[in-house]
Amino acid sequence: MGHVVLSSRGRLARNLAGMPFLSRCSPEQLSGIAERLRRTLGKVGLPGETFYVDVEAADLLDRQLLVERHLISRQHADAEGPRGVAVAGGEAVAVMVNEEDHLRIQVLRAGLQLDSCYAELRRLDELLEGYLTFAFSSRFGYLTACPTNVGTGLRLSVMLHLPALKMTGEIEKALRAARDMHLAVRGLHGEGTEPTGDLFQVSNQVTLGKSEAQIISEFRDQIVPGIIEYERRAREALLKNRRVALQDRISRAGAVLRSARLISSEETMFLLSQLRLGLSLELVDGIGLETINELSLMVQPAHLQRLTGREMSPPERGEARAELVRKRLSAGGEAGGGNGGR
Amino acid sequence: MTYKCDKCGKEATVHLTEIVQGEKHERHLCEDCAAAEGLTIKTQVPISQILEELVLQSAAGGELARLRCDVCGMTFLEFRQQGLLGCPNDYKAFEKVLVPLLERAHEGASFHTGKIPANADEDERTQAQLLRLRSQLTEAVEHEDYERAANLRDRIKELEGS
Repeated sequence: MGHVVLSSRGRLARNLAGMPFLSRCSPEQLSGIAERLRRTLGKVGLPGETFYVDVEAADLLDRQLLVERHLISRQHADAEGPRGVAVAGGEAVAVMVNEEDHLRIQVLRAGLQLDSCYAELRRLDELLEGYLTFAFSSRFGYLTACPTNVGTGLRLSVMLHLPALKMTGEIEKALRAARDMHLAVRGLHGEGTEPTGDLFQVSNQVTLGKSEAQIISEFRDQIVPGIIEYERRAREALLKNRRVALQDRISRAGAVLRSARLISSEETMFLLSQLRLGLSLELVDGIGLETINELSLMVQPAHLQRLTGREMSPPERGEARAELVRKRLSAGGEAGGGNGGR
Repeated sequence: MTYKCDKCGKEATVHLTEIVQGEKHERHLCEDCAAAEGLTIKTQVPISQILEELVLQSAAGGELARLRCDVCGMTFLEFRQQGLLGCPNDYKAFEKVLVPLLERAHEGASFHTGKIPANADEDERTQAQLLRLRSQLTEAVEHEDYERAANLRDRIKELEGS
């Protein structure tokens, strides 16, 4: 009964030594930093193909697209001034320039892979240190604009799929326990977003006074398994006590997705979450996990508009989204989708 | 209507009505005392609130108001309002008030024990000096004092190269 942890992420916050933090930079300093970091990121040899997006110059839809792909934060998309993101390694690496700190290095992995995330982060950090000097104090560690990130600057997070806890009403209890362990719980797109599709992002809060290895091992060995265990128990209880009701719910989710003519992204995410649960409990067949993952991304507003190649109003999106989902699900998860039915 | 905490006299945010042997008892507790009794679970405190409390706690609010970083010019009150520091030197300038804040945000810790940069021997004084020179440079440019600006640029280059 896997598939509780959808993805793992690690990020390091870094600032250039001898420079003010962003809120105190002059406009010239801001563009100077953006330009310097863009050049550095271009030559340090990030893994795979690297591309840099000038977020200030990018249009609204492209910025939204980056948010939906978890390559930049919503704050970075909405901010003003010279800023950007370097994306590399098939989107597994994203380095935000001039977000809250001069640099935010992020590594993303599928499933539960915190060690591998940090190993790559550390490698990138050391790579960058060959070109840049970061603000550091022996007492407080890596210095960050917000004191909640100071020290290691390391934030780990996992994206969790917790539909059973939501259904059994135990989610609040589980999340409260998580918060009590000094964790932050957020929605799909991080800070300030509401959970959609039963997806919750859980991350560590303490960055100072513990080594990176300690932060990782606590998060990996105590915190994450605890929440997974809660969810597994809730799933088992549902299977045991409410199997037919559960099966009914999952089948109805599939039926709505296969027949809706207008659908919002929230509803789609909610129903896809049920299908994902069904798949993991082997109550659904004929749909692959890849189809669910792909749809979860493609039904987001910016992706949908990119796919259809035009800007659309929310009702138009609802129609296009319903059509996309119908095609993909009736095609049995095969690419292309054909003309909407077999 | 606001109540004072039965235990410590701070503003009460937890209100309990208990029925003991048929008699009604009302109790009012602040967040800390309620958490100490195990009645509530203290959640992660947002930084804005930590800052708020720090300022309130300090009877000599005036002392805090006067705290100012001489490198970037940020005052502690400005930091309190926006929650973001102005430059690395603020950690030194505000150290006295930042340490309790850090301890609250980081489970009691205020000393770094993690990774140290490979080039950490480029000492912290050079970093502070660079910061200072850059802020003087911005000022000189603002005042159109180009001769001074050119001098400052040279010194920055020199330090960066060292």
